[in-house]
Amino acid sequence: MSAARLVIDALTAVSVRDGNRFILRNVSLKVAIGEVHGIVGESGAGKSTIAKAILGIIPSQVKLTGGRIDFEGLDLLSLSSTALRAVLGRDIALIAQDPSTALNPARRIEAQLTDGLRLKRGLSASEARLRAGALLEEVQIRDPMRVLHSYPHQLSGGMRQRVLIAAAFALQPKLVIADEPTTALDVTVQKQILKLIRSLQERHGTSVLFVSHDLGVVAKICDHVSVLYMGKVMEQATTAELLTAPRHPYTQALLRANPRYDAPETGLQPIPPGLIAALRAEIAAFDARMAARGYPDG
Amino acid sequence: MADELLIATGLVVSYGKSRRSLFARTQRLGVPVLHGVSLEVRKGETVGIVGESGSGKTTLGRTLIGLVKPAAGSVCFDGVDITALDEHKMRPLRPRMQMIFQDPMSSLNPRHTIGRILTQPMRLHGLANDYASARGRAHDILERVGLASSTMDCYSHELSGGQRQRVGIARAVVLRPSFVIADEIVSGLDVSTQAQVLRLLKELTSEMHLALVFISHDLSVIRSICDRVVVMQSGTIVEQGPCEQVFAAPRADYTRMLLDAIPLPILDPDWLSRGPTAENVGMN
Repeated sequence: MSAARLVIDALTAVSVRDGNRFILRNVSLKVAIGEVHGIVGESGAGKSTIAKAILGIIPSQVKLTGGRIDFEGLDLLSLSSTALRAVLGRDIALIAQDPSTALNPARRIEAQLTDGLRLKRGLSASEARLRAGALLEEVQIRDPMRVLHSYPHQLSGGMRQRVLIAAAFALQPKLVIADEPTTALDVTVQKQILKLIRSLQERHGTSVLFVSHDLGVVAKICDHVSVLYMGKVMEQATTAELLTAPRHPYTQALLRANPRYDAPETGLQPIPPGLIAALRAEIAAFDARMAARGYPDG
Repeated sequence: MADELLIATGLVVSYGKSRRSLFARTQRLGVPVLHGVSLEVRKGETVGIVGESGSGKTTLGRTLIGLVKPAAGSVCFDGVDITALDEHKMRPLRPRMQMIFQDPMSSLNPRHTIGRILTQPMRLHGLANDYASARGRAHDILERVGLASSTMDCYSHELSGGQRQRVGIARAVVLRPSFVIADEIVSGLDVSTQAQVLRLLKELTSEMHLALVFISHDLSVIRSICDRVVVMQSGTIVEQGPCEQVFAAPRADYTRMLLDAIPLPILDPDWLSRGPTAENVGMN
């Protein structure tokens, strides 16, 4: 087992607005150095909340009530916002879902790519420009100079996502959080982007936490996977184990519900109501145990 | 063939032709979206239209149902050329051709109850004699799509995404159409909800002998409910045929590329290194 870069230990979160309802229930996972760890689940499972907790951008209606996030010995949840900001961007970077809103529409790509290089790496303006051009080449943009001088709206969706990936890898971070990075893209572009993330990650030995609702995408890019349901980890396994011998009934049901062009009968099998009832009961029992221990109010 | 319900021939559509910008030096020519598309839909069959963004699949759907008028070509529905019909003459055909939209949140009037959304079209088209019989039929259809009858008094924002899409389906089929177009209706849903909606559609098409045109970017979804598939690229049809045939032995390079790009949830470690690279797909 390789060394862990990120360790999430018993992370618990509640929705303050929604009567302290649990959003994350004792979530623990490890991302090793140089591996891609997938978090997969349906909408509302808490996938993005985990990503936001790491980045310190938890929305105000969500409260973390327990657990630790350890990044190479740093306890991220106890860092001051100044200390956290020093880590973010430099050591931890984000590839957001929607490249059209993640980029500032009023600034040229060059300005957005060089900010971090100048502020966090102390490069001069001309050094930063050269480096930004090289970064765009690394994400296989053929005409980096034109792109550097473009505004986001002048680029296609796939191109904008490449720019975001370049920005994420710009400072050679140790951990990249990819939150549904290909959801808005066509399948052919999606494949190129997945390929790109994987090759950059392998070249730089970066760890990636890859959040997705799509088991197919996770199957292709992740080494390990955590399956999340209602904020609780149902199963953790290597991608190979998960796909060939899923242990948890929920994972099995999710795989059956996923349509596959090579198997026309799949995609018509919803998760059985009996299974959902059983999962809900399991979660209610968990919540009752937490309440007995004084959570989430304590 | 007598079985054909809808025949589209040589459809050409461009957008923006008549628009002239005050600041443009030259008159802007229309952006061509469909370049001579021909398509037939038989009674009771489900035809999938697949393509990436900008392929013209949504425009094709809207043209088939008469929401977009083609610059050239014709659409015949049950023997009637609807291309030249004005809104008034289209009216008697409308209940027979319905549409289910991608986003029920924006296609269902937020200020109307579901009951009103379902009964109003029946009354407008004179398909229900009185309010009570319209309510009765709305109740039946809600039950058929798997919603509680209390849904009648709900507003669309009170429902979940899957429930809303069921209402979208109920609204389309309550008029007992023979032809329905569904445009990306499951793309925002979780896989389990998606499976429920797809299953419902499959049952309804066979029960009601509905012809369904199912527009989607997802070939796996199309495979699970369609009889035939039409593959579109940049406003033209690059391949069409029965699903078994197209999926087992795609003839067009583009179809093959689309299939290769779909990440299946199966163990296939070489998938990422195979297939199209940025160079041969084009960067934009």
